[in-house]
Amino acid sequence: MKLNKFFYLIKEGIKSIFTHGFMSFACVVVIVACLLIMGNFALLSVNIDHNIKQLESQNEILAFVDETLSEDDARAIGPHLRSLDNVKDVEFVTREEAMKNFISKYEDEDMFSDLTPSTFRNRYVIYLDDLSRMEGTRDDIAAVEGIADVSASLEISRGFIAVRNIVTIVSVVLILILFVISIFIMQNTIKLATFSRREEIGIMKMVGAGNAFIRLPFIIEGLLLGLLGGAIAFFLQMGIYRVLNQRLLASAVGTMIQVIPFATLMYPVLAIFLGLGLLVGTFGSSIAIRNYLKV
Amino acid sequence: MVHLKDVCMTYPKTGTPAADHLSLDIGEGEFVFLVGSSGSGKTTIIKLLTGEVRAQSGEVMVNGFDLRKIKRRKLPALRRTLGVIFQDFRLIDNKTVFENVAFAMHVIGAGRRAIRERVPYVLKLVGLEGREKRLPQELSGGEQQRVAIARALVNSPSLIIADEPTGNLDPARSLEIMLLLQKINDLGTTVLVVTHEKELVNAFSKRVITLENGCVASDETGGYYGHEA
Ligand SMILES: Nc1ncnc2c1ncn2[C@@H]1O[C@H](COP(=O)(O)OP(=O)(O)OP(=O)(O)O)[C@@H](O)[C@H]1O
Ligand SMILES: [Mg+2]
Repeated sequence: MKLNKFFYLIKEGIKSIFTHGFMSFACVVVIVACLLIMGNFALLSVNIDHNIKQLESQNEILAFVDETLSEDDARAIGPHLRSLDNVKDVEFVTREEAMKNFISKYEDEDMFSDLTPSTFRNRYVIYLDDLSRMEGTRDDIAAVEGIADVSASLEISRGFIAVRNIVTIVSVVLILILFVISIFIMQNTIKLATFSRREEIGIMKMVGAGNAFIRLPFIIEGLLLGLLGGAIAFFLQMGIYRVLNQRLLASAVGTMIQVIPFATLMYPVLAIFLGLGLLVGTFGSSIAIRNYLKV
Repeated sequence: MVHLKDVCMTYPKTGTPAADHLSLDIGEGEFVFLVGSSGSGKTTIIKLLTGEVRAQSGEVMVNGFDLRKIKRRKLPALRRTLGVIFQDFRLIDNKTVFENVAFAMHVIGAGRRAIRERVPYVLKLVGLEGREKRLPQELSGGEQQRVAIARALVNSPSLIIADEPTGNLDPARSLEIMLLLQKINDLGTTVLVVTHEKELVNAFSKRVITLENGCVASDETGGYYGHEA
């Protein structure tokens, strides 16, 4: 294709966004609406997932050190534990600290005045990378020399994993459904937009325009509208997220959960919105126009 | 130029053929009227010539293209050798007069300079100088049809095909359009005009092909339309 023809077609694509102002507007609105519905939902599930992970990470394994070992010997086990697979972090707690922690949990501290540190054992608090492998890691820890006993709350960790799996499955399914619905709405909007140009396409063909010539302006138009929709949706999403976040923080729930700041999610959200907008705009317009190119 | 031989064409879902063993030849530089009652197959012939429909049998040759065998992606090449004009003008509403005509040149990849030279020349030829910046709805019917003619002419086609170009115009405008087509013919382009208007045909002494039920009923040079009716 000659260069001046190419530039002409690009110019035509941009121009027709304005000459078909209402249809362009409708397409952008539909793209924005679809992206926002999917975006809000995806962000919600990302946050749920984040909070569950947060709770998970507090789910620790306690490894009690053999009482016959001195504190120094007990501390010497630390590097060994740390080197185990799936261990994220290891924290040594002396029996004195353990006693203090225990007492501080109760208001009436005098009750425990006759308690001595020797009642407690030196211990390690162990955090894991992957909670779902807790059972195996627990066995590995128990096998370490000098560890007398291990306490791990397998039930709780299983519960967390089940909840997270359900959240993931539900959100993937819902997002897929929303995606299919969005594609359907987009397709119809674009069909409507191209329907009004059937005549124009007929004229193009009559004067001997090839399919590429007819298609290119449409695709450029779809591409630009898709990008525009993606960008608008992104800024709206940012606003919605921030407002909801503030409301949530101000409410009672805000103290219990952690909301991921939008800044952290900004670039992935922008990339996905622009990408989806571009994809929907380009594919939508090329599919819609295919029907008119057959004669 | 145009060679149809023993052409048969039936639209899907209809029993009666729209072209029935139809033969006709049009030579270079001719001016031909194609007449006949409604439904006799005039538009069908035009569609056969432009590749919009395909014949089921016979020979269809236009400007060296074999329309029975042509591949779909070669149709644009054929259409660039033709200038087609319709009753309803078929202009793009949101483009100006200039753009509507220039558009056909963009299709063939013409450069900006060529467009700036050629379009005003053609607009002048059809009598539309000074109207370049107007939109189609700001023109009279006759003027709109002139834009369509300018667009058909702009790439110097060897054959101009007009399907009832004056169907939407009053008699005075119709005569002007016919005179314009004759002028174009005098400049060397072959012209095929489909029309219903007897007076108009009879005002010119040209070859007249009369169709009836998809067949050529008469083909006379200097013919008189309607004498057998
Ligand atoms: N798209 C179509 N599908 C089915 N039949 C058609 C189609 N177009 C035309 N026909 C039929 O083919 C025959 C010829 O039609 P055509 O349009 O060629 O007539 P015409 O001579 O141009 O008539 P008019 O003067 O009214 O324009 C008619 O019987 C018509 O009903
Ligand atoms: Mg007709």
